[in-house]
Amino acid sequence: MKLNYRIVIFALAIVFGVVFSMPSLLQTQDGKKVTLGLDLQGGLHMLLGVKTEEATKSRIKSIAASIKHFAERNDILIDGLSFDENGVAFEVLDSDELAKFDEFLKEVDGAIVSENNQIISLTLSEEEIIKTKKEAVSQAIETIRNRLDQFGLSEPVVARQGEEKILVQLAGIKTQEEEQRARELISRAAKLELMAVDEDRNARVYSMSDADAAEYGDIILADAKNPEIKYLVREIPILDGGMLTDASMGFDQNNRPLINFKLNAEGAEIFGDFTGRSVGKRLAVVLDGKVYSAPNINERIGGGSGQISGNYTVMEAKDLAIALRSGALLAPIYLMEKRSVGPSLGADSIRASLVALIGGFVLVIVFMLVYYRTAGLIANIALIANLFILLAVMSLFGATLTLPGMAGIVLTVGMAVDANVIISERIRELIYQGKSIHKSIEEGYANAMSAILDANITTLIASVVLYAYGTGAIKGFAITMSIGILASMLTAILGTHGIYQMLENKITKSKNNRFWFGIKG
Amino acid sequence: MEFFKYTRTFNFMGSAKPAIFLSSLLFLASLALLVTKGLNYGVDFAGGTVVQVQYDTEAPIQAMREKLKGNVLFNGATISEFGSPDEVVIRMKSTTGSVTTDIGDVTREALKGTGNYKVRRVDIVGPTVGAELKEKGIMSLLLATFGILIYVAFRFEWRFAVASIVALVHDVTIALGAITLIGLDVNLDVLAALLTLLGYSLNDTIIVFDRIREGVTKGKNLELQEIINESITRTLARTTLTSLTTFFVVFTLFMFGGEIIHAFAFTLLIGIIVGTYSSVFVASPILLWFGFDVKNYHVRLASKAKRETEKQRMRDQYESGVM
Repeated sequence: MKLNYRIVIFALAIVFGVVFSMPSLLQTQDGKKVTLGLDLQGGLHMLLGVKTEEATKSRIKSIAASIKHFAERNDILIDGLSFDENGVAFEVLDSDELAKFDEFLKEVDGAIVSENNQIISLTLSEEEIIKTKKEAVSQAIETIRNRLDQFGLSEPVVARQGEEKILVQLAGIKTQEEEQRARELISRAAKLELMAVDEDRNARVYSMSDADAAEYGDIILADAKNPEIKYLVREIPILDGGMLTDASMGFDQNNRPLINFKLNAEGAEIFGDFTGRSVGKRLAVVLDGKVYSAPNINERIGGGSGQISGNYTVMEAKDLAIALRSGALLAPIYLMEKRSVGPSLGADSIRASLVALIGGFVLVIVFMLVYYRTAGLIANIALIANLFILLAVMSLFGATLTLPGMAGIVLTVGMAVDANVIISERIRELIYQGKSIHKSIEEGYANAMSAILDANITTLIASVVLYAYGTGAIKGFAITMSIGILASMLTAILGTHGIYQMLENKITKSKNNRFWFGIKG
Repeated sequence: MEFFKYTRTFNFMGSAKPAIFLSSLLFLASLALLVTKGLNYGVDFAGGTVVQVQYDTEAPIQAMREKLKGNVLFNGATISEFGSPDEVVIRMKSTTGSVTTDIGDVTREALKGTGNYKVRRVDIVGPTVGAELKEKGIMSLLLATFGILIYVAFRFEWRFAVASIVALVHDVTIALGAITLIGLDVNLDVLAALLTLLGYSLNDTIIVFDRIREGVTKGKNLELQEIINESITRTLARTTLTSLTTFFVVFTLFMFGGEIIHAFAFTLLIGIIVGTYSSVFVASPILLWFGFDVKNYHVRLASKAKRETEKQRMRDQYESGVM
């Protein structure tokens, strides 16, 4: 027996494979492990779309709110302030004040302002609309990520896919309730608005239609607890959740959960101004288009903090506080694709694919032993080394093992021995031709090389395409196939060659081709 | 142990005609099936919803149907057993866009009163995503085929490339025909199986072609038919063995891999059989019929080698400063 460089590399590869696959095999605390895909451990995969046109709308609405506030603060009389999805329009009653307004509107990003007979109309430029839409997607991703980070699941995935889609993957969701909670947290607009109740007309709210209300610049909103109760509020809010700095869960005097929120300096100022001016009137706390409370304003409220009370459970209040804290979604999101797998189904899939893997593995191992004897044993060593290396590489890269990925491993078992079958057949052939053992081995490997390489490279081409175009679980299949093929080049070609070289003298001396290669002679 | 002794060469090309006849028949039958019956696209490509429900006891399919009747969302919904009598999948064409209450939740609610059940899987694929996946799927098949074509043309010769692609198209079409015949849902996993089949079937073909190439370049035989017969015979043991080991594992996957992996395993099972057959009886005869001229190839190889040595000689002269 003699050492050669091939056997040394092979030994190192085996050590590498065994060492780095241990954390995954034994599920140790430390060390990098293979992550199980959602289809194996259970979880929720969603592809969400963003209704970006809504973002433009709400941008325009908040411009309208700031115009209103600017006018009130500077005692400029304006009339007919209205907005639609394209822009805002209003009339400045005193022409001397136009310059002041121009100055103010110049500060609004991407606005195209035109003035005609003291009527100012403002629209957003094309670039601004595109920018707003883009920001809405980025902001939605950021917001959802923030919310999920506080939800308590390990490593939620939130990523942009394409231009306007968001990929959300939550592993380890155990129950239906938990999934429901997560979905509500993700999709909640969490749009907080403080709105003025239109006290002059509120008494008539039950006889009004939406169109009637719109005529006065009002909208009708329902109460959150009892949808029968309606409020007539000014459509342009006093301020919105964008000025929120903090939200947390608290309890009222009856020990019922509620949410405390804090406004930033600007918000506090607007809030103070408004409450100071509106003593005796009501302020509606509106969340996602529903009125949560409408307390009377008894005095000017400075400091910029407030409360939202509702019939919350502690869990709901906590989630709502998270949603408010991480900001509102500028644009609503909708479901484009969802794949949800229960943990019990995942466990079933793991069990079934393990049975298939072990079954297939045993069949192949036994078959190779019977057919090739020692040559088969050598091929089997390579196969086992291949599986260890495959697992080690996947662990190191933190690759995800999916159900199709398991199928890829099973398939690798069947195909990885292919190289050894080709080589063994070549060696047998050369021995039959009467060549020496040394020559048979060396030429056998040389002759087999081109076929093995070509076959593996074409399979790799298919795998790479599959990886590039596949989604989710299918990508896992491409990964295990590719790593399996690459590892088989190391184990089945280089490794077994090293073993033969090491045993060469022994094989030559023994002259027992039946024992070594499973053939007569 | 040995399956085949290399004492005689089998005359494969002698039976090429009936083999091609059989292949054409299967191919045309598959095409006819694909055209008339059509592929049964699953939710991944067609869009729609799949809800997998597991009951404590045998699933009350009739009662479930009754419960689902009321809602338009469930129009055209089908309920079928999935792996065991306790487990069923409900397939429907509709999808919903709400994140908080989706069609899966509606289904769970609607089934109330049919017994003790658990919703184990909900797949909702909206129409845009389905169309996108379909487009990507077709692109990936074409791209993989094209990539392989380029590689084989580069490593072998264009006739080899065309012959192997014909074999691939043959294999994929027949596999698709089999899928259509038993009415399997075509989802992403079937696409993955088809792509694996491309790689696998090509493996077999390439091993044979590699031998033919070797026979053409190194051998003294000028008769292509004999070279092919010799090459197939020499690789027959390998072809059989690898097909068998792969068949073993795919078969265990098919038997024990669970219902979810069923379509994938079935596609591969058919693919391995057809792919093995085609590398011997489809790809090689086509190569033969393309009239690959061994003599001409030798001449070209010789002149290429001559050019190389000439170039080398010039370079040597130049480097040693003779010129």
